Amino acid sequence: MRREIPLLITGIVGIVFVLQYFIPHFPFNRMNAWFSDWFSIVAAFAIWLGALNLMKISFQKVFRRKSDWGYAVVIIMSFLLMAVVGFAEGKGFRDQGTAFDWLFQFVYTPLSATMFAILAFFVASASYRAFRARNFEATLLLLAAFLVMLGRVPTGDVLTGFMPEGMRLSAVASWIMNFPQTAGQRAIMIGIALGLVSTSLRIILGIERSHLGGGD
Amino acid sequence: MSTRAKELITIAIIAVFSVVIYILKITGVMTGIEFSGTVSTIIIIAIFLALLVILIRTLRGHLVDRRTVFLFIAFSVALPLLMNISQKITVSGEVEQVYNAVIDLQPGSRVLVSFDYDPASAPELQPMAESFLRLCFMRDLKVIVMGLWPQGPQQAELAMSTILEDDEMKAKNIKYGIDYVNLGYQAGNEFVVQRMGSDFKSMFRKDYSGRAYDDLPLVKNVKNFSNIDYSFNLSAGYPGTQEWVQVAVDRYGLKMGGGNTAVQAPMMYTYLNAGQLEGLLGGMSGGAEFEYLANFTGKATKYMLSQSFAHMVVVAFIIIGNAAFFRSGREKKL
Amino acid sequence: MEHFALWLAAFLTLGIVSFLYKDNPWYKLCEAIFVGLSAGYWFVVLFWDNIYGKFWVGVFPLEEFDEAGREITAEPDYWLFVGAALGILMLMRLVPNIGWISRWPLAFIVGSTAGLYLINYFSSNMMRQVQGTIVPLFGAGYDASAYAIVGNIVVAVGTFAGLVYFFFSKEHRGVFGGTAKVGVFFLMLTFGASFGYTVMSRMSLLIGRMDFLLGDWLGMIK
Repeated sequence: MRREIPLLITGIVGIVFVLQYFIPHFPFNRMNAWFSDWFSIVAAFAIWLGALNLMKISFQKVFRRKSDWGYAVVIIMSFLLMAVVGFAEGKGFRDQGTAFDWLFQFVYTPLSATMFAILAFFVASASYRAFRARNFEATLLLLAAFLVMLGRVPTGDVLTGFMPEGMRLSAVASWIMNFPQTAGQRAIMIGIALGLVSTSLRIILGIERSHLGGGD
Repeated sequence: MSTRAKELITIAIIAVFSVVIYILKITGVMTGIEFSGTVSTIIIIAIFLALLVILIRTLRGHLVDRRTVFLFIAFSVALPLLMNISQKITVSGEVEQVYNAVIDLQPGSRVLVSFDYDPASAPELQPMAESFLRLCFMRDLKVIVMGLWPQGPQQAELAMSTILEDDEMKAKNIKYGIDYVNLGYQAGNEFVVQRMGSDFKSMFRKDYSGRAYDDLPLVKNVKNFSNIDYSFNLSAGYPGTQEWVQVAVDRYGLKMGGGNTAVQAPMMYTYLNAGQLEGLLGGMSGGAEFEYLANFTGKATKYMLSQSFAHMVVVAFIIIGNAAFFRSGREKKL
Repeated sequence: MEHFALWLAAFLTLGIVSFLYKDNPWYKLCEAIFVGLSAGYWFVVLFWDNIYGKFWVGVFPLEEFDEAGREITAEPDYWLFVGAALGILMLMRLVPNIGWISRWPLAFIVGSTAGLYLINYFSSNMMRQVQGTIVPLFGAGYDASAYAIVGNIVVAVGTFAGLVYFFFSKEHRGVFGGTAKVGVFFLMLTFGASFGYTVMSRMSLLIGRMDFLLGDWLGMIK
């Protein structure tokens, strides 16, 4: 019961999604619509589960006075602030001028954008400290990075302005991106696709069961 | 003086500096700073000399502190924003492909633009969005906007309000519902694209502002992708260009170009090479190249100087690190 | 309010940047706000867009009229109750004794993703890529330029060699090993190019933040 029903659900849903590609007519088109709506609803609850779990852990941290519990209070307060404001605003919560939009624009956006932006500093530091031409493969990697970085900004062509147009850094960067880079990306892409297809088949046929966890 | 005291003094100096500058801004005393050519040259030379000092230090076996590298990056990104140096932009083939695809469309053709990003990726994608929409309106194309990311349609509205400030755009007298429609956001990722393949209206019963689908003259006769002449996807991740290619392009035959963050762009070249994508704008440089083709100076062009400086500094750091590595005979693992 | 908003955004931006100096209370505060706010943001967005927008409105459609006053209310779809039930079962994971029942919705999610990806990836990321690799050497109408011919050969050789490298069921020795080695060279070029683009992307985001600090906040940019 605890394993058989989930295996049955996985198999049926997976097979329907495969069949609807080849037979996009009734009943598969209808089932596809239902399943995709259900998917959106279940995915929402899955994210809710994550958020509620975060709250549970944060509350435990506060009540047990674990180290840095003060920051757990900040997490809880920020969560409640966003949630209360969002629910209070109603379905137009995202409209310009709402408190939710204000929080998003002036609190959430600066934080998330800066979180990603500071990676620039670490990338530069790593370039200086760890990016070494230790062997032929590493040299190739370094060379490609070097040429692409220079070729994709106007400075690259300024530095190689004395060369014929097709030999300048912008042309070299374009060539790398369009051919050897594409070849490598394609090998990776095909490799991933093969892995995904075989894993999907194993899941649908019930051979792969690790996602169901242990126990009965 | 203790480290703590030094830290507090530094924070106080930054705070006072910020307050003073802010007061100068709101009182209108300062309307912005622009370095002259001479000052810009001096700054460039100073950065070069500082890098030379770092090279010498590193060659002597002392790697500089990571905070020094951080400071370099901060200056190399910030200072060019205050300079006015024009750069010649070279256009790559994939950017030209997007431009040509738009230019080749007959006036009145319908273009679908999906905004699949949020404000965190806006520095890279918003300039692309603005120049692409602007070119579409200049060519009298009809634009249908939507989003698979919750904040996408809002970014579209921001782009629209920016380009509508332009006199050339005002003269076009763009009317909502006739020349342009924002269908809004729909949850469901690639499932949304899949169902749009059979019926747009099943996914967008109402537009962003709440008007019924059939009340919008531009889209009321749009049944599915077969009624779209070209589409452009601005993407910062999942769901994005990959999902559009897999479903809309490969299954329903939609013609599509991509505007991607630079992190995503390398993978998109495989789709470009296989003909699944008709053109690609990769990162800010792609945006700047498109602005150049569209004869429009937007934020991507303005930002390119900072981008150039930052790339040069990173390249310089790679060279310095490797010079020291080779000088140490690859033994000291410098 | 606008002044407060700008200063708050700047305070938070600089708080995250302060991590570059060292881990400190200012950064930790900003990080905690970010974590809580992100969870709250998605909690609200998914409620209104998915739970309310898909389920509630689907089961109890709102009365709608077009501009001519004709009713265009959608038909209720009671099958959506199944989706909601699966969603509720997902939350049961928080209840220790009956947590196992959350495997049902999980099985649904895994099955859907497997079914969808099996087809999409097989078609777009595999077959179409093979098709894009094996192209007529001189172009379909013998019209390919030398640049394109060389490029196509590079793509075909690189893709094949790269795939050989990923084939681990045979030992990488002899001709097979040599081909795998060539594959590694192509992969290194790919990673290098991706690194270059990653630098470009991160710098662009940093430029965006600098533009906010120096432009929107302090008004120093003309």
